Amino acid sequence: MDWTALSVSLRLAAFTCLLLLPVGLWLGRTLATTRFRGKPLCEALVALPLVMPPTVLGFYLMQSFGVETPVGSLWQRLFGTGLNFTFSGILLASLVANLPFAVQPIQRAFETVPANLREAAWCSGLSPWQTFLRIELPLVWPGIISALALTFAHTLGEFGVILMVGGAIDGETRTLAIAIYDRVQAFDEAGAGIMSAMLLLVSFLTIGVVYGLAGRRRWRRA
Amino acid sequence: MPESSELPSRLSVSLHQPGPIPLDADFHCEAGELLALVGPSGSGKTTLLRAIAGLYRPVSGRIDCGGEAWFDAGERLSLSPQRRRVGLVFQDYALFPHLTALGNVMVALDPLPPRERREQAIAWLARVRLEGLADRHPGQLSGGQRQRVALARALARSPRVLLLDEPFSAVDQVTRRRLQRELAMLREQIRIPIVLVTHDLDEAAALADRLCVLHGGRSLQAGPPEALFRRPASPEVARVLDRHNLFEGEVVEQNGEPRLAWGPWRLEVAQGLEALSLGDRLSWYLPPSDVVLHRRGRPSQGERENPVRARVDTLVVLGGVTAVTLAFEHTERTLSFEIATHAARRNDLARGESVQVSLLAAGIHLMPAQDLPDDARTTR
Repeated sequence: MDWTALSVSLRLAAFTCLLLLPVGLWLGRTLATTRFRGKPLCEALVALPLVMPPTVLGFYLMQSFGVETPVGSLWQRLFGTGLNFTFSGILLASLVANLPFAVQPIQRAFETVPANLREAAWCSGLSPWQTFLRIELPLVWPGIISALALTFAHTLGEFGVILMVGGAIDGETRTLAIAIYDRVQAFDEAGAGIMSAMLLLVSFLTIGVVYGLAGRRRWRRA
Repeated sequence: MPESSELPSRLSVSLHQPGPIPLDADFHCEAGELLALVGPSGSGKTTLLRAIAGLYRPVSGRIDCGGEAWFDAGERLSLSPQRRRVGLVFQDYALFPHLTALGNVMVALDPLPPRERREQAIAWLARVRLEGLADRHPGQLSGGQRQRVALARALARSPRVLLLDEPFSAVDQVTRRRLQRELAMLREQIRIPIVLVTHDLDEAAALADRLCVLHGGRSLQAGPPEALFRRPASPEVARVLDRHNLFEGEVVEQNGEPRLAWGPWRLEVAQGLEALSLGDRLSWYLPPSDVVLHRRGRPSQGERENPVRARVDTLVVLGGVTAVTLAFEHTERTLSFEIATHAARRNDLARGESVQVSLLAAGIHLMPAQDLPDDARTTR
C-alpha cells in the first residue's frame, strides 16, 4: 500500500473541494439567477472539461503551464517555481477539470429556488446576505453536498489530466490512481488490488456521506 | 401583539413609463382602507404591487407612504424592500419550505430578541387561527393554512402597507370565502393601507372600499365598487368591469326636451343629457337592475318609462334566477338582465318571443362616445 500516494490523492481532493466550493457557489448562483448575454457560452465553457478527453485537457493544461506561457511565467514570478510536475500544477489542473462537477449541481439547486422566496425574504426584512445564508443556502444544501462529493470522488479517480501535467513524482504528483497504474505496469497485481480496494472504499464512503446528508431534509416530506 | 406606533399613513402611487411594461397609473390608499386593483391579466396589477414593495423599479414616477418618499425617479431615490417595510402576501405565498410555520413568521421579526420573537410569532399564528400548527412545515399545511402563515408573516413586521397579490386564487371556493371573511375581520384591527390585486370582480366588490380599474397599465377610474359598477367613466371601464349593456346613441330633441336617440326610440334620461349639445354622439350603459320586464296583458309600474320592444335572444336558467338577453332590430348588441325564474315562467318567456321592457331613466348612464368592438368582449 502506497500511503504517500494516498496522502497526495487526499490532499489534492481536499484542496480541490475547498477551493472550488466558493467558485461553484458564486458561478452556480450567478448562472442560475441572472440572465446575461453570453450565458450559454459561459455554461458551455464550464461544461467543456466534462466532454473533453482527459488526456487532451491535460495536454493543453501542460502546454499552458510552460514557463514561456502567460500562466506559467506569472506563476514563476509569483512563487519562483514552475507548474508542470508540481503539486500546485496538478491542483490547478484539478480545479479546471472539476469545474463542471462543482458548478453544475449547485446551479441546478439554485434553479429550483423560486425567485419569489428571495423577494419574500427581502420583504420580511432580511438583507441580501442574510437571505443567502438563511434562506438560499439551506435550500441548495443538497446541491452543495453533491457538488463536493462529485468533485472529491472525481479528483481521487482522475488519471489522464494528472499524468499529463504532473507525471508520477513520488510524494508530489503521484496520486493513488497513478500508483495503481504503475503497480500494474510492474506486474504487482496484489499491490494494485489493495490500492484499488482502498479507492473503492473511499468512493463508497463519499457517496454514503452524500446520501446521508442529503436525506436529512425532513421538510421535503410533505 | 405588535402595535403600530406610527401615525396612520396614506399610500400614494404615481408611476409612468412607456415600457418595457407600460405604466400610467395614479392612485392612493388611505390608512385602514382596502383598495382593490382590478383588471384583466396583463393590465399591470402585479407590476404596480411589486413597484410599491420595491421589487420592481419603474422608469419614472413617485411612491409616497405617510409623507415619506419610497420611490422618486426624479431624485433617483428608491428605498430597498427591507426599508420600505411592506407586508406582501404572494400569490403562491412564497413560504420558506425549510422553516416551520413558526420559523416563517419569526423571520419577519428578526430585529427582536429571540425570546420575544418567538412569543410574538406564536401570537401572530394564533391571530390567524393556526394554533397547534406552529411546528408544521409548509409542505404539511393545506392551501388555506399556508395562506394564513403568509398573512401572519406579512403582518408580523408591523408593516406600513399590506399588499395582497391574488391571495385567494390558489384555494378552493369554500376556503376562499372563509379566508375572505377573516380578512374582512382582520381589517378592523390594522389601520394601514391595504392594496389587493385581484382579477375576481366579485371578490373585489365584496372586500374593497374602493376599486381602481386598470387596463394596459393605465389607471382608468377609482371609486367605490357600487359607483363604478353603476357609473363607469368610460366604455373601457365598463368592459373591464364586465358590464354588458353598452350601447351608442345621439342627443336629439323631442317636444323641446333633450332625448337620447337609440334606434327608433327617444329615451328619457334622468341626468347628464342637458350638459350635452344636440347631435352629440355618446355611449351609454344601463345596469341590468334597471331593466323592467312588462307583464303580458297587465300594465306594471314604470311601464311608461322608456318602453322598448325586443325579441328574447337567450334564456338561461341559473337556479332561482334566469338570465335573459334581448335582441333588437337596429343593433347587433344585446341587452341582458336577470329576473326571478318563477317570473320568467309566469310570463311564458321563450326564445324568439317578442317582449316589452322599460329602460329606467334613472339608470341610464351616459359616457363619452368610443368605438366599441362589435362583439361584447369579456375581460377576464
